[in-house]
Amino acid sequence: MTERAGAARGLAALPAARRLDKLGIAIAGLIAVTLWLLPFATFKANRIVSGKGLGLAQALEPAAAAAGLAVFTGIALLAVLRTAPAWRLAAAAIGLAVLCFLVGLVPAHVVPAGNTLARIAPAAGFWTLFFAFAILMADSIARLALGPVARVAILGLGAAAALALLASGAWGGLSIMREFANNADGFWREAGRHVALALGSLAGAVAVGLPLGILCHRSAALRQITLPVLNIVQTIPSIAMYGLMMVPLGLLAAKVPLAASLGIRGIGAAPALIALFLYSLLPVVANVVVGLAQVPATVIEAARGMGMTARQRLFLAELPLALPLILTGIRIVLVQNMGLVTIAALIGGGGFGTFVFQGLGQSATDLVLLGAVPTIALAFAAAILLDAAIDLTRGCPA
Amino acid sequence: MRQAALIARLAALTTLLALLFVPELFRGILEPLTENGAPAIYNQGSLLQLTLAHLALVAAATAIGGLAALAMGIFVTRPAGAEFLPLSRSIVNIGQTFPPVAVLALAVPAVGFGVTPTLIALVLYGLLPIFENTITGLREVPETTIEAARGMGMGGWRRLALVELPLALPVILAGLRLSVVVNLGTATIGSTVAAKGLGEVIIAGLQTSNTAFILQGGVIVALLAVLIYDGLGAIERIAARRAGRSAG
Repeated sequence: MTERAGAARGLAALPAARRLDKLGIAIAGLIAVTLWLLPFATFKANRIVSGKGLGLAQALEPAAAAAGLAVFTGIALLAVLRTAPAWRLAAAAIGLAVLCFLVGLVPAHVVPAGNTLARIAPAAGFWTLFFAFAILMADSIARLALGPVARVAILGLGAAAALALLASGAWGGLSIMREFANNADGFWREAGRHVALALGSLAGAVAVGLPLGILCHRSAALRQITLPVLNIVQTIPSIAMYGLMMVPLGLLAAKVPLAASLGIRGIGAAPALIALFLYSLLPVVANVVVGLAQVPATVIEAARGMGMTARQRLFLAELPLALPLILTGIRIVLVQNMGLVTIAALIGGGGFGTFVFQGLGQSATDLVLLGAVPTIALAFAAAILLDAAIDLTRGCPA
Repeated sequence: MRQAALIARLAALTTLLALLFVPELFRGILEPLTENGAPAIYNQGSLLQLTLAHLALVAAATAIGGLAALAMGIFVTRPAGAEFLPLSRSIVNIGQTFPPVAVLALAVPAVGFGVTPTLIALVLYGLLPIFENTITGLREVPETTIEAARGMGMGGWRRLALVELPLALPVILAGLRLSVVVNLGTATIGSTVAAKGLGEVIIAGLQTSNTAFILQGGVIVALLAVLIYDGLGAIERIAARRAGRSAG
């Protein structure tokens, strides 16, 4: 009797366990451990010294800390239960918003009025919570299987919210924004330089890589030489590549006054642009070749049957059908370039790397973040935008 | 064609060894690149030791990252971890958009300067391609093959070790190769956060505007990366041939 009752209870318990979400349990565990153990913000007496960690309760006024705790616990519970993906997405977005808002309140609560040296930075707890909510968001977006337009819309909303947060001054007391205020002119100059280098080298790679890829598609001999050589170029580590570009350009500038007057020098943007261009060639050429190779022979036959010339076939049939794969190559290049430009700062090429390496040199964490965070954001945005573009071209071929 | 490739490999290897063991040979080429009597041959440490430190760092990071990635890849392709599969795919995709240098720069505030932040960045970044390829490789094993192994009375672990992993090996090795090449590059950047490695030579050259140092460091790093990439590619082809034989 008792045995059967136990079995019955076991059966009743099974659906309840099935209603729990395994990933949600992991996320809730992460949130709980973070709230329990990790500092939410760091207090530093000045810019360089190492800081002291503050828990949620120490960093915020009691009411704000309690509200934060309630919201984060609520999200953890929602994540554990099998809720609809749309709810999970909303919860993750609310979590990120509350988290970012709360961290902006810390300086006013912790730093005594009149103290301009002290620095407040988000600490491990903030970043872990950010990561947990971001995972919840990524998971719910994956489960919703959103289309390209919806994904770009979410990116746009996120970017708008981030800009609104920064413009509102709610983060004005945080150390990364203090670094921004110190470098405001330089920031936009380096941002422009960063994007210009990444897009400029991409444009060059497409201008050369597209025709080269078409030629490689037609000539096996050319393909067998070009692709391995470009492959080797890709394996050369970036600092080495920048260094190797400096040598011939430096000699050119020293020997040919015209080159020097055009701004071609051993250091600066010229070697960076050439190195990035060389890195960008392989993904473009290889994807043009693969894209053209997978155009069905029947389509080409049909185009020929319709009386299209070779040129018309290429532009009206082959290239449009290869477009998704060509865009995939461009995505790889753009994401890769956004990161690689950072290293150009070492040879005076500018870009966000300037702040990263200056920060590393002065062991000023906040300055490193001022360079690293926008770099990551740019790479991430480039990936989402181009993924959406690829999906759109796949949806309506030709 | 094949002979030309072989000659190119031998030439690259010989140049690399000469640069490491008898750098004096290149004085004639390097001297014109220096100014104001600056040294032409790197003199702030042994190039060989820097190379070994560089390789050790990459090997350690790839071993740690590779084992973790393999374990995670196996977990999410088993029924127990299937719920994590869609998410782990999107994490890998998002993770790979993070620039290696940013990961490195962010590890410094967390753990300080030196080898540790470089190792962390290398492990994290090197993990992604191996993880992605482990998942792809294991999922590409045909369902019929797994059924056949089950029919032969193989348990879950034996199936994994004797059937699934050997068949997935070429794809996993391709991920490993990518990971090693990325890590060789990131380890070079590691010299900016005081990790010992070949980046030191290039950075010393940049700091003193000594083009000869830049050229030496650049050529050594580039040759090392190209030769290792090529060598791992050869191992991959052997594994692919074996997997093909055991599958057929």
